[in-house]
Amino acid sequence: MKVCMFHLMPYRGLPPDFDQRYKSAYIDPLWFDVADAEKVGEYYDATLDELLFAAKSGFHGLCTNQHHQNVYGFMANPSIMAAVLAKQTNGQNVAIVQLGSTLPSTTPPTRIAEEYAMLDCISGGRLVAGFPTGLPSDATISNGVVPIEQRERYREALALVIKAWSAREIFAWNGKHYQLGMVNLWPRPIQQPHPPIWIPGSGISGTAEFVVGEDHCFCHLSYYGAKNAKQVNDRYWDLVARKGRDDNPYRFSFLQLIGVAPTDAEAEDLYAEHAEYFFHKLLYTPPYYQAIPGCLEYEALRQALHHNPRAEVKLRELKAKDFFQRGFVVVGSPKTVREQLLDGIKGLRMGHLLALLHFGSMPTELCKSNIDLFAREVLPYLKDQWDDKYEDRWWPERLKAKRPAAARLAESAAAS
Amino acid sequence: MAPVDVRRFKLWQDRIDTEVEIAGSGPPLVYLHGPWGLAPDRAFVARLADGHRVFAPKFPGTSAGDPDSVHALGGWHDLVVYYGELLDKLELNSPALVGHSFGALLAAEFAAAAPRAVSRLILIDPVGLWRDDHPVQNWMLLSDAARKPSLFADPDGEAARRFFDVPADPAARVDVLSQFIWAQACTGKFVWPVADRGLRRRIHRIAAPTLIVWGNADGIVAPVYAQEFAQRIAGAKVELIDHAGHLPQLEQQQRAVAAIAKFLRG
Repeated sequence: MKVCMFHLMPYRGLPPDFDQRYKSAYIDPLWFDVADAEKVGEYYDATLDELLFAAKSGFHGLCTNQHHQNVYGFMANPSIMAAVLAKQTNGQNVAIVQLGSTLPSTTPPTRIAEEYAMLDCISGGRLVAGFPTGLPSDATISNGVVPIEQRERYREALALVIKAWSAREIFAWNGKHYQLGMVNLWPRPIQQPHPPIWIPGSGISGTAEFVVGEDHCFCHLSYYGAKNAKQVNDRYWDLVARKGRDDNPYRFSFLQLIGVAPTDAEAEDLYAEHAEYFFHKLLYTPPYYQAIPGCLEYEALRQALHHNPRAEVKLRELKAKDFFQRGFVVVGSPKTVREQLLDGIKGLRMGHLLALLHFGSMPTELCKSNIDLFAREVLPYLKDQWDDKYEDRWWPERLKAKRPAAARLAESAAAS
Repeated sequence: MAPVDVRRFKLWQDRIDTEVEIAGSGPPLVYLHGPWGLAPDRAFVARLADGHRVFAPKFPGTSAGDPDSVHALGGWHDLVVYYGELLDKLELNSPALVGHSFGALLAAEFAAAAPRAVSRLILIDPVGLWRDDHPVQNWMLLSDAARKPSLFADPDGEAARRFFDVPADPAARVDVLSQFIWAQACTGKFVWPVADRGLRRRIHRIAAPTLIVWGNADGIVAPVYAQEFAQRIAGAKVELIDHAGHLPQLEQQQRAVAAIAKFLRG
């Protein structure tokens, strides 16, 4: 079992009436009405600190991601964040998990191949190469990608990147969306023919089919918690079986919001406002910015019209206690959290837990105490799961043999 | 109402299936539908068939059972050449060409690329030009609240109600909505994210007598664009229609049909 610290880098200080003023966390909020560049500098700095603190505390990996034109998370180029993380964690056995740069939004996509190769070189072969298609609004509104071409571009771009990483000779790429006469990438990743590839998705559609078909790791980036993921998860493992792949839990990663405190009551008290901030302000995106015609392929569109369970969840009508009770956020004492997480890990056959230990308006002190408590009193109880029977084939080779030193320390502290 | 004959053609090296709804008799007229597919325009097309043999093809990707064929067209050049192939297949020599919204842009591009292949051109609320002081609204990003007032002069009127009507039966609902959305996806491929693909540079080639019809309350493309088109097409006439939004052929059908019929007779 691997546990990675995930961070969205949201705007932490939105005005209290933000959700009355704006109908969307994406596209509409006006920078000069709600944001302050000095504060944003502090947020980036705190985000990097929090991730580096997680590395020191014994987490297996650090996750960044790419989003645009929103208050929800704006690592507009995750490679910039990862460059700092890669440099600062040299000598530590922690993976740099890019989840990651969005291929269809970047032309030519060899730019991402170069950035990832740089990260793999800087980190000494610790990169996990994540390739999200990108949210519809990020790709099509912020970056002008034609909706009906988003997935087609994605698949071509990924094929180009993988070839560019390992080709021995200079080659020409004559694709539908990209044409490059002479591809001869400098640098190349240390991990050959390519670093482990993880691909995020929010449901089981053409992307999941592609991921399983190519034997990559599928990351279910849900904000609704392991407790509500059974339906998607069942369909994922059915797909894996149907395609003749093994049942190795490491081919599946899952994101979970988590808040730990000494007691259940303290945890519920500490994290309530940040959970509401996250679900009411940051996550609020109206359908017309996400259900853009063409972003779903035709069959997926028909499926979504038949049944879209998320459309039934009205986030702004729910309170913190609802988010906790329904399992959107796992909060509580270390004992409560590890029990709930283990249920989810076993129930979903989850090999990588992507722990969102910063969410909403959480100040850096609270985030660090969350990371610290989790690393000392939760992580040691999770990490041995699966390792007796399964090998993580989606993890950097150089990190496989070693367990993070800090985790070992935490483990002995917990045992004593 | 004239009976409708639906014919299906395989074109573009057999990669695109195209259904064409054919009705009426008289001089040939081709109707190119807008971003929402052919379905909402059927009553209007039937009126055009009174005195003409009307051919109404479905846009690539919107014919039944062939949603992915739109990917066989790489861009505007392909699209215009494809419509040339379709007109050849239909054995149409210089028909009148009527288009609405995106379909009107397509009609204008075709008439500019092949000036002698079109006898008369009728553009209903076309997209395709751009003014920074009157940006064209992106119809694929409208909220539920904004959609009706952007498209209709009377958001509560019968035309608006019929346009957005969805069957109660769940399976029929999925059919109607998926076609409505997919038609926007397929046509949107050629105009996303800004509905200006350089027609301004080619529009002078249009040689057919041209009528420009515009709903005075168009919330997608402001009526000032009627003059933008008219001043670039030699001899073009403009017909502004009151109490109509972006779809005057639905909202003021009688007046739109009368203006078109008069122009076609003249």
